[in-house]
Amino acid sequence: MIHKTYSIQNTKYNILALTGGAAAAEALRQMEPDVMAVYPITPQTPIIETFAKMKADGKVETEIIQVESEHSAMSAVVGAQAAGARTVTATSSQGLALMHEILYIAAGLRLPSLMYVSSRALSAPLNIHGEHGDVMAVRDSGWVQIFSENAQQAYDLGFIGLKLAEKTRYPVIAVMDGFHTSHTTERVEVLEDADAKEFVGEYSPEKYLLNLEDPISLGALALQNTYFEFKLDQEKGFSKIKNEYKKICSEFRKTSGRSYKLFDSYKLDDAKEAIVILGSTAGTAREVVDKLRDEGRKVGLLSIHLFRPFPYKEVGKELAHIKKIAVLDRAMSVGAYPPLYTEIVNSIYHATSRKIDIASYIYGLGGRDTFQKDIEKVFKDLEEGEISEKIKYLK
Amino acid sequence: MKNKNSFEIIFFARGGQGAKTASELLAHAAVREGKFVKAFPHFGPERSGAPTKMFLRISDDEIRTQEPIVDPDVVVVMDETVMDNEDTTKNLDRNEFLIINSKHPKEEIRKKAPDFKGAIHAVDGTGIALELTGNPNPNSVLVGKLVQVTGVVSLDGVTDIFREYFTPKLGKELTEKNIAAIHAGHDSL
Repeated sequence: MIHKTYSIQNTKYNILALTGGAAAAEALRQMEPDVMAVYPITPQTPIIETFAKMKADGKVETEIIQVESEHSAMSAVVGAQAAGARTVTATSSQGLALMHEILYIAAGLRLPSLMYVSSRALSAPLNIHGEHGDVMAVRDSGWVQIFSENAQQAYDLGFIGLKLAEKTRYPVIAVMDGFHTSHTTERVEVLEDADAKEFVGEYSPEKYLLNLEDPISLGALALQNTYFEFKLDQEKGFSKIKNEYKKICSEFRKTSGRSYKLFDSYKLDDAKEAIVILGSTAGTAREVVDKLRDEGRKVGLLSIHLFRPFPYKEVGKELAHIKKIAVLDRAMSVGAYPPLYTEIVNSIYHATSRKIDIASYIYGLGGRDTFQKDIEKVFKDLEEGEISEKIKYLK
Repeated sequence: MKNKNSFEIIFFARGGQGAKTASELLAHAAVREGKFVKAFPHFGPERSGAPTKMFLRISDDEIRTQEPIVDPDVVVVMDETVMDNEDTTKNLDRNEFLIINSKHPKEEIRKKAPDFKGAIHAVDGTGIALELTGNPNPNSVLVGKLVQVTGVVSLDGVTDIFREYFTPKLGKELTEKNIAAIHAGHDSL
């Protein structure tokens, strides 16, 4: 990784060639958390490896806790965050699965940690490559989930994620596609350290375990008489995240010049047919949209950033005028429709009484490459009305 | 389409030959020149000696597509035995280039790629690297050759980045030897 500040046309930029993993590490360096729990797993390892080197080189003060498993990593996150420290970690696949039990605890205790996930397939059979099966398996854990399309977004959405977590007191997962983003070297524009630090600010929790002036207890037992209310409170607070996210995105735009929304609409305004997607393949789909637009087709794309909480109303409104939609999932819900498709059907059902033809496609499992011609095939199916309740597979 | 001017290179090599380093070096140099890049390996099993593939896109505009390169402008072959099993010149047209680490005459190389009608640029990367650096990895020489043939980034840009990136890792002496290998590739006939 190469760091260099230089000027183009008298404007000072920090433009680097970074992999998504290195970009995440760079974001974490600038956030300078108090504690980072680390346990290696492909394709996340470049994040903690790069960060550990920064620590060794004296570029961050963060206390790195090396643990013996991801279950321990997430437990360390819970402990440190509860004590009052700004805490982060990163994982993938089996690691995220091993954290599962503790994810619910972090969320239920309202501990606002940031976790980068470089998403990857789950065993069996063993596969180390990219897909969204791991993050989808924890979508109901109470963590906010934000998806990125490339290294720049992985960097940016980490900042937005940390601030969102600390503002709302819900933990946040910032997702990048394993390998396709985490291991691809791209041009990334990074913030000046001072601007980055000003954006995230100091972390000063209102309540924390090591505050002897104002002692609290965490992790109380809540049985039939109160557990239900705790969960309702958790849900109530979660529903406010969308607005906070929008505010923080607008602050981030002031700092960085780059703007983010709940989702990114691409040429949807006059589109008759559209694809809805998450993650890095959105970039490939944009190329296809432009190509088909050049041929006179009215096509568009919706790339979702905020997946949890899911912005049903906004997505429904955005898609209500589209005639035919294909939802592309990079995950399988064995025995059921895949996750994104289900959310889009729900969004549309509540947004319009008009019948919209909507098809489900599953692509890219276990790192299978997705080409522009595959996306073109989806648009061709839509054009020809090849739409049914049957799930199709882009193999 | 926005990205018609994206310049696309595929590197064919064997694990350990430094194809990843070569493509990332070029990517860094291109970014330093204000360009956009995507450099990524074919995400297959990686082990020393196994055939590997690296993809590199360089463009003046944002690069959005994430698909592997299917229609390259240039192919760099770091180990010519890879040509026995892989269709390295697939979709490589008459006006495009094959750059290859080989000491064999072009006619012989062309026999391995009978359908390719474009120019072949061969350089004995392994031999030159051995002589100048004491190490057979041909990547430095081939990076120099690629810059000579395509001009996709400037020679100074590449050597500056190499010096910055590798001096702390390799030490000054070996770094300068590799830079000499880049120059040798660039100046080769």
